[in-house]
Amino acid sequence: MKYVDEYRDGEVAQKLSAAIAAEVRPDRRYNFMEFCGGHTHAISRYGVPDLLPPNVCMIHGPGCPVCVLPIGRIDLAIKLALERGVIVCTYADTVRVPASNGLSLMKAKARGGDIRMVYAVTDALKIARDNPGKEVVFFAIGFETTTPPTAVAIKAAQAEGMKNFSVLCCHVLTPSAIMNILESPEVRELGTVPLDGFIGPAHVSTVIGSRPYEFFAEEYRKPVVIAGFEPLDVMQAILMLVRQVNEGRATVENEFTRAVTPDGNEKAQNLVSDVFELRRSFEWRGLGEVPYSALRIREKYAEFDAERRYGLEYRPVPDNKACECGAILRGVKKPTDCKIFGTVCTPETPMGSCMVSSEGACAAHYTYGRHKDMEAAE
Amino acid sequence: MSGQVKKGYARPLDIKHGRVDMSHGGGGRAMVQLITDLFAKHLSNEYLAQGNDGTCLPVGEGRLVVSTDSHVVSPIFFPGGDIGCLSVHGTVNDVAVMGATPLYLTAGFILEEGFPLADLARIVESMAKAANEAGVKLVAGDTKVVEQGKGDGVFITTTGVGFLPEGIHLSGDLARPGDVLLVSGSVGDHGVAIMSKRENLSFDAPILSDTAALNGLTAAMLASGAAIRVMRDPTRGGLAATINEIAHQSGVGVHLEEAAIPVKPEVDAACELLGLDPLNIANEGKLIAVCAAEDADKLLAAMRAHPQGREAALIGKVVEDPNAFVQMKTKFGGRRMVDWLSGEQLPRIC
Repeated sequence: MKYVDEYRDGEVAQKLSAAIAAEVRPDRRYNFMEFCGGHTHAISRYGVPDLLPPNVCMIHGPGCPVCVLPIGRIDLAIKLALERGVIVCTYADTVRVPASNGLSLMKAKARGGDIRMVYAVTDALKIARDNPGKEVVFFAIGFETTTPPTAVAIKAAQAEGMKNFSVLCCHVLTPSAIMNILESPEVRELGTVPLDGFIGPAHVSTVIGSRPYEFFAEEYRKPVVIAGFEPLDVMQAILMLVRQVNEGRATVENEFTRAVTPDGNEKAQNLVSDVFELRRSFEWRGLGEVPYSALRIREKYAEFDAERRYGLEYRPVPDNKACECGAILRGVKKPTDCKIFGTVCTPETPMGSCMVSSEGACAAHYTYGRHKDMEAAE
Repeated sequence: MSGQVKKGYARPLDIKHGRVDMSHGGGGRAMVQLITDLFAKHLSNEYLAQGNDGTCLPVGEGRLVVSTDSHVVSPIFFPGGDIGCLSVHGTVNDVAVMGATPLYLTAGFILEEGFPLADLARIVESMAKAANEAGVKLVAGDTKVVEQGKGDGVFITTTGVGFLPEGIHLSGDLARPGDVLLVSGSVGDHGVAIMSKRENLSFDAPILSDTAALNGLTAAMLASGAAIRVMRDPTRGGLAATINEIAHQSGVGVHLEEAAIPVKPEVDAACELLGLDPLNIANEGKLIAVCAAEDADKLLAAMRAHPQGREAALIGKVVEDPNAFVQMKTKFGGRRMVDWLSGEQLPRIC
């Protein structure tokens, strides 16, 4: 496949692998967090760790939009479907996230809720147009990448004068989550999470640019390399991070220059700021309440805001006690540190959100990397 | 009133404009007419013509092999096929990969009130053609009609019967360390053909379903004399699910080579776009075979000499592994597991 295979070339991978091996210092460890679930998935699916020296360790970050969605938010969507009879549209993985009372959107669908999986928010608009007698809510999740399309949909709905479409907005912000991890006691004081640098988001950065990360590099002395989602991008970024660490530098570098500029996509940013404003606080699964970390719909688009339209009130629900998703999302624990990983909690019967999406740390490890645990045990 | 109605005249079934109504499943004359004018017209043979509650059939040599499969595919007509030929191929293939010669099929139809008779005729013609090509006869059938909104056009359940000659024993639990794995051609075509239709994806060259009967290919493979342990058709869940099934049944591990697995470039591109893995996607005209390593060349040559196996490839080997893990060396150079798919990737694919 042209323009894709070039970034998955095994020979180039071997060369990069050799370059990384040649440049790492044998007397130290390198712990890098890939923030995005997209990177987590690429690392697992292509077997990137096999091409890294043993002292380079990748820690999975919280950048999987499905994983960070707290139970209380899913409950709101289920309530809309089951109690208010609206058609709830959402991206596919979201339907499998466990919610309260043993439900998930998929189980709510089996109980008669009209829940539709869509590939794009435009499909939700179409469903609203095709069902003028029904109310349609788009359950909007995701980081900065999926926010502009939601903004476009809300503006389109307003322009068309649609009366049966609204959005349950759960869009969250990447920089706030990175800041939360860097400020967490485990990283800052206890040093239980040794973090030597970040692989910065690919698609998110095409929207927000590379500038927002400069603060982290400066303030926390952590190198950041923004990388594309292809496995060679990841390898190249790791090499660049190793070099920064070795040279004692902490700057923002951009491996993904084919798509990311310092200022990002200003048109998209303007769209987003026209439709959305910052929430004072938002609960994340794993990170808890994070101030100014999510968006809500501005007053002027209130009629398209499902929270206002249906008078929804958010009620936080604690995670299952045995579930370690929280610590895993913060990088404090690995999936295999969780007692229920691979036993009670599997992709078929997920207890926590990290086991749901293929971008989640637990699901990625379960699906692609489980053989390594057996080898380690032998 | 001018003109007298001819004596004994019965209004023919309006196949062009008519629709299925509740009377077509009611057991009365309308049902008989539907069966005679539509089903029997295309599918008739000496066994179906017996017209009794059951069909009396001559028994072939060897052991009896039976398989049954329900078909609910949406859309009913898709690039490269339709629910009619699919319902024949799916069941014929399940019997064929047992090493048996499929001979007879039965078909149960659940029709939704309002379904166009013209579409039903197309489906039945397609079934007749597929059965004819595969050399199987439809020997019994049933029709039920459900109210509008209680079905989705048409569902078809087929049961296949075949005979397995003495001396042939293929089973999912016979793979042994050292054996090799072969696939008969490119994977993922059927699922992507269905998906492209559902998502309105258009490609320069449309992706066609690979739906086809494999009994010719399986016969050629058995005739090669290679020591075949297992044959299976990787339908729902794709190559990944089928290989995992074999690994678990046999209590062995499997090592695959990603670079050796044939995937059409357009299927690969569509999967990339939709975030799917071709290894998880359904096939309806492909099979996997496990055979002794020393017979691999012989079997591969026999497969490649058959039109259904022209792109056959050796894709991996069976290894010792108490965990029964299926692992794959990626084109990128790393290693990963190939697991069963979680949840439902493509509902109503067959």
